[in-house]
Amino acid sequence: MRSRNDRIIAGIMLLPSVILILVFVYGFIFQTIRTSMTDWGENLDNPAMALQVEKNFVGLENYRELMTDPMQFEFRTSMVNTFFFTILFVVGCVFVGFMLALLLDMNVKFEGVFRTIFLFPMALSLVVTGTIWRWLLQPEGLNALPNRLFGLEPYTFNWLSSRKRVLEFDWNDVPMYLTYIGLFILAILAFNYFAKRRWRSMGIVAGLGGILVFLYAVGFWENNIWPQLGITNREGTFIPTPEPKGYQVALSGIVIAAIWQMAGYTMAMFLAGIRGISEELREAARVDGCSEFGVYWRIVLPQLTPVAISAVIVLGHISLKIFDLVFAMTGRQNFQTIVPGIMVYGAFDTNRYATASAIAVIMLVLVSLVIVPYLWTQLRSRES
Amino acid sequence: MTAKKLINRTIIYALLILMAAIFLIPVYMTTVTALKTRDETTLATAWNPPDLPLNFSKFQEAFEYFGPSLGNSFALVGTATILSALLGSINGYVLAKWRIPGERFLFPLMLFGMFLPYQAILIPLFEFMSDLGLYGGIPGLVLIHVVYGIPITTLIFRNFYVEIPDEMLEAAAIDGAGFWQIYTDIVFPLSLPGFVVVIIWQFTQIWNDFLFAIFMTTEGNQPITVPLAELSGGEAVDYNLTMAGAILAALPPLLVYIVMGRYFIRGLLAGSIKG
Amino acid sequence: MKRRLSLFLILALFVALVGATNAQEDEDLSGQLEIFSWWAGDEGPALEALIALYNEAYPNVEVINATVTGGSGVNARAVLKTRMLGGDPPDSFQVHAGEELTGTWVVAGRMEDLTFLYEENGWFDAFPQDLIDLLTYDGGIYSVPVNIHRSNVMWYSPAHLEEWGIEAPTSWEQFLTETCPTLQEAGVTPLVVGEAWTVNHLWESVALGVLGADGWNGIWTGETDPMGDDMIAVWDTFGDVLACSNIDEDAAGLSWQQAIDKVLAGEAGFNIMGDWAAGYMVTTLGLEPGEGFGYMPAPDTAGVFMWLSDSFGLPNGIANRDNTIAWLTLLGSVEGQNAFNPLKGSIPARVDAVEAAPELYNAYLQSAAMDWSENTLVGSLVHGAAANERFMGEFGQVVEIFRQAGSLAAANAMSTICIQSGACG
Repeated sequence: MRSRNDRIIAGIMLLPSVILILVFVYGFIFQTIRTSMTDWGENLDNPAMALQVEKNFVGLENYRELMTDPMQFEFRTSMVNTFFFTILFVVGCVFVGFMLALLLDMNVKFEGVFRTIFLFPMALSLVVTGTIWRWLLQPEGLNALPNRLFGLEPYTFNWLSSRKRVLEFDWNDVPMYLTYIGLFILAILAFNYFAKRRWRSMGIVAGLGGILVFLYAVGFWENNIWPQLGITNREGTFIPTPEPKGYQVALSGIVIAAIWQMAGYTMAMFLAGIRGISEELREAARVDGCSEFGVYWRIVLPQLTPVAISAVIVLGHISLKIFDLVFAMTGRQNFQTIVPGIMVYGAFDTNRYATASAIAVIMLVLVSLVIVPYLWTQLRSRES
Repeated sequence: MTAKKLINRTIIYALLILMAAIFLIPVYMTTVTALKTRDETTLATAWNPPDLPLNFSKFQEAFEYFGPSLGNSFALVGTATILSALLGSINGYVLAKWRIPGERFLFPLMLFGMFLPYQAILIPLFEFMSDLGLYGGIPGLVLIHVVYGIPITTLIFRNFYVEIPDEMLEAAAIDGAGFWQIYTDIVFPLSLPGFVVVIIWQFTQIWNDFLFAIFMTTEGNQPITVPLAELSGGEAVDYNLTMAGAILAALPPLLVYIVMGRYFIRGLLAGSIKG
Repeated sequence: MKRRLSLFLILALFVALVGATNAQEDEDLSGQLEIFSWWAGDEGPALEALIALYNEAYPNVEVINATVTGGSGVNARAVLKTRMLGGDPPDSFQVHAGEELTGTWVVAGRMEDLTFLYEENGWFDAFPQDLIDLLTYDGGIYSVPVNIHRSNVMWYSPAHLEEWGIEAPTSWEQFLTETCPTLQEAGVTPLVVGEAWTVNHLWESVALGVLGADGWNGIWTGETDPMGDDMIAVWDTFGDVLACSNIDEDAAGLSWQQAIDKVLAGEAGFNIMGDWAAGYMVTTLGLEPGEGFGYMPAPDTAGVFMWLSDSFGLPNGIANRDNTIAWLTLLGSVEGQNAFNPLKGSIPARVDAVEAAPELYNAYLQSAAMDWSENTLVGSLVHGAAANERFMGEFGQVVEIFRQAGSLAAANAMSTICIQSGACG
């Protein structure tokens, strides 16, 4: 047994790192949360750039403003953009990456060369990727390619500055949509339990559905979490204002660049996953008369689920944090492609540091929602 | 059977080559643009290969423009990579081979730092760094990268050291070796692949970082990503110069990747925890 | 006792000597001087000329020219904030005279009062009182203006106008009813705009045209109601003008230089941009004012000079204060202003500089200098003179709201940021 003394040395050696992490990660997070609950930059009587700024505690006021102030529509756009960006980027990467992994698994010659080509963008800085794609999305770039290759009419699509919006919806209706989605999921669950004749579980699910409908009906979301937008006029009447949101077409170019950069990463993960499945298992299936397609469908795919979950989580959290790529591709002034990471930076123009902190905290919460359960299950499964 | 197989094979290779071509389009366009002047990059000619002999004047210009920041990047990456690898190695050794009270709690706490959106710590980080007198320069940036590199380097080394059989360490301990002696005599000599993975990983991460670079450095201390982003987002954009700059900024991590791709992938996969 | 006295005398002598050597060193400064600005690229040579002049006088000072690219300082201001928050102020930084200087930096106690410098150099007579007023806060003067730019200028290409058979419009009415349809028929963009801030820039010329000088100033004193009929008219006109522009096409991807390029190439009829555009066309493109390019006040704004001014101040807590004071002294001198402005394409802030060397200034600048002394002066919003940074920063959102929801919503939004920022009196 190694001596007690040495164990103390080991602890001491770990201590600096622990302290650094405690200060630089958790200490600073705490401070940001605290700043987000002050009026730094919001109170006109206290200059935001003073050496000793007077900051007063205002509770959740800055968060409330982000959700309700008509002038904070840019923040809400950034949330919607993040939502669409995340979905497209994750689905795109998983699809392309999985396809590439399957192709490379077919015993191809020069596998190493192909793998290198698909994976090299991962080694680049997002700034480099952004710079390159900004150029490719100029009129001289991809738009001119069909013309150069096949003599077709060049496109005139404004990749990065289009103002088009599709899949429009009203920000005020989000609680309604969420309720629908929630009810839909609960209905599936309930049906599932019904089929299995697990009456008690079905009852619980049905009860949850009832609570959901009740909360929506009494306006719980509108009154507490997702206030309706509007302006109170001079007579004191509240006039609701619609706030149309949707998928900003100008995001597409950024999504493509991001997939180009990260698809190779998903490919590498899937490839590692596929190679981890024993060849004997696949051979056994073939002997049982499975077609090559059947082998992938029945044997490989189910075994890849954990890999796919890892990929989705890692990619998802990257897209929630995205900053460099958007900065390099459309700068900071483009309302169409705004993301929260850029908004935090933009606060430096208007000296609204408390609001910036609130946005940063929201980013942190979103990332944590994805990462914490993942970390927890990963570490637990490792221990067992 | 063979005919069908031939068709299958052809489809597979055709798809692979098509995908490879798509992935390489940006490389072609970047290189070609960097080797031309502004007049040769019109709507009609932008996709043409450059005239011979090749015109390297944009690279020369880029070297002048990005020279200082390129130097900063190398200084930053050189120091920060080595330091964070050493720190990670010791952390990994402790966590893999020594029972530390609260370890089950500490390790995930550390790992979370890997996924942190750095916007959530930026403003306090400024204030702290300026209190330390480290704001704005390369040393401060080195410290930042070493600290925020702790989670991933620790993770990679821990996973690596777990593979070393405990019996080897026990044997050494019975021979009277202590904490340090076990590390220097047994663990460290076996660490080379771990160090390669971590160094490559940190090299590319730190080289490619933009967020800390733009927030935490002042003029003259900036790594190359900052002037590159500024040039590409600047006024009358000279895409030829920008592309030459992009190539300069991309080359060091690309070379590392091409030469040591295997280790790079290992670092990459470690980022998804399981490895 | 005696001994003590002599000791004291020796000490005093020593101090005096050290003081004397210090005074001598003032003549011959050394060390560094870091100048922070957004004058990169085409705007760089003017600053370099000033730095060369400085180094002639103080060869031992190493000047660090820290520039951050991005028109109108969009990136530079953010970087500056990070440096100030980080406790690392540059020795001197470019800042628009007016609210951007006073509302952000002076109220925060970050700047040193320069009244002593104005007294030493007799600058009270050299700069117009209107300008000094905007550098003044609570009795102190906080920066040295280098130049004056005009915001409300419309640019065109005389050759192309002739080709299309039109004349430059003098009113928005004329632009909308005659110029715009004619050019659209000819397949030309009547008015070209670029990335977001250039659209805001257009707005301030439209607003000045519709409201007039008094109405414009009224926004900042509270006399013009941001939700009043006049403001609604501003937004309506702005919408009509934008409908004659490329805003829904490639605007967001164009820098202001690229927008000007389109005018010169005949792809667009007119562009409204500050008169740094003249500097670009003269210095970078080598065009002759009046021949290669034409200019006139933005429609309905003849006789009004919407100005902005770049200035430099003395931040508190810098390492090289003496070097910075020498720099500021040079900036305020006739020599310094005449070295800088002809290259920058702006007019000197000093009233006596142009007459000292009129041959340095081209036809456009001479006419601008004339207007500066004769016209009604109003401050620019987009370029930091009229409103504080909070208002400036959020004004872009008002324009975006306008584009999504129209005049009434925009007026509403503007009144909101008026209240939130406290910028409207």
